[in-house]
Amino acid sequence: MAGQDLIIEPIKYRVPLSRPEKGVAGKTGFWRTEKPVVDKEKCVKCWLCEIYCPVDVIRVEPETGPTIDYDYCKGCGVCSNVCPSGAITMVPEE
Amino acid sequence: MAQTRPKPPLPYRMRDIVLPGDAACPGCPIPMAWKVLAAVFRDKMILVIPACCSSVVVGAYPGNSIKASVVHVAFASAAAVASGIAEALKKRGVNDVQVIAWAGDGGTADIGMASLSGAAERNHDMIYIMYDNEAYMNTGIQRSSSTPFGAWTTTTPIIGKTEHKKDVARIMIAHGVPYVATASIAYPHDFYAKLQKARRIRGFKFIHLHAPCPTGWRFDPKYTVEIAKLAVETGLWILYEYYDGKIHLSGPSRPYMDPAKRKPVEEYLKLQGRFKKMTPEKIEEIKKYAEMYWDWIKRHM
Repeated sequence: MAGQDLIIEPIKYRVPLSRPEKGVAGKTGFWRTEKPVVDKEKCVKCWLCEIYCPVDVIRVEPETGPTIDYDYCKGCGVCSNVCPSGAITMVPEE
Repeated sequence: MAQTRPKPPLPYRMRDIVLPGDAACPGCPIPMAWKVLAAVFRDKMILVIPACCSSVVVGAYPGNSIKASVVHVAFASAAAVASGIAEALKKRGVNDVQVIAWAGDGGTADIGMASLSGAAERNHDMIYIMYDNEAYMNTGIQRSSSTPFGAWTTTTPIIGKTEHKKDVARIMIAHGVPYVATASIAYPHDFYAKLQKARRIRGFKFIHLHAPCPTGWRFDPKYTVEIAKLAVETGLWILYEYYDGKIHLSGPSRPYMDPAKRKPVEEYLKLQGRFKKMTPEKIEEIKKYAEMYWDWIKRHM
């Protein structure tokens, strides 16, 4: 990197403010070793998985049941541990 | 596992403030607690975050993983900066935005103690939340004054910590602030109710939040909620509120006032790798300390 200009234009009149955005640490789905899979037959729609999900990727709707955004799910397994009916199982990632 | 019955409004209100793809470890309790903050305040909050895991979790420059204002400050000054912001908002007449100082146990119990004590004495209108993961997790699991007795850390590697945990909630009660509470990430509805109560009180509010850290406590990430729950069920962590000069025991902790109803402490300790070298004498010592804490609660109810 020596000899190369790191700052192209001066930030004299701009304040370096961060803006809210998805995926600050990239697609965190790549961190996953186990994948949560929902059995919608067993689900009782109690919202516990959505309440406790640390990445906020689970959405439980009264009509359709839970859906998981696998782009960002880190596969921690908290949802399968708190599920009272055992509807979420952790399946090893291929 | 006993389950708390959720009330439907909470999940809908907690959506879309904590954005997916943050830099937290899998199973981290910090975003779980932020979701409860989001359910109460939505984006009308200013988080003041000193150096701790949370300043990593929100991410670096172009992005920000929480849809609220975040101010990053130096380690010792979270309460000082938050009190400045609170006064500035008051001068400008902004009433609907809540200033929240969000610091870890190192930034509260050790390094930030002086500025915290000053802000409590001046009674600024803010909420100070200490999320207690019981060591300096961000820098590599060093011992803090909030680490419990007997726990392994990288600076207490052989026999574990030989001192007991510093009880910051009791220190804050001694300051005479209007509202002090303890909470746990395993009981989001209890935490939600406490935040709602704190929001209606003008003055300095302090909440001590128990947050198990999978990386530092050496357990599988999926047990985060279970371990937080066990801490309450074994009577080692007591949920209470302090206002009007009295301790008010919260719902989840009420059954465990009777020692016969508590689960054995070993159940909580055996799940965590940091308590691997516990001897029976040390477990007795932990039980004795917990009993002393309960006695103090009963005397001040």
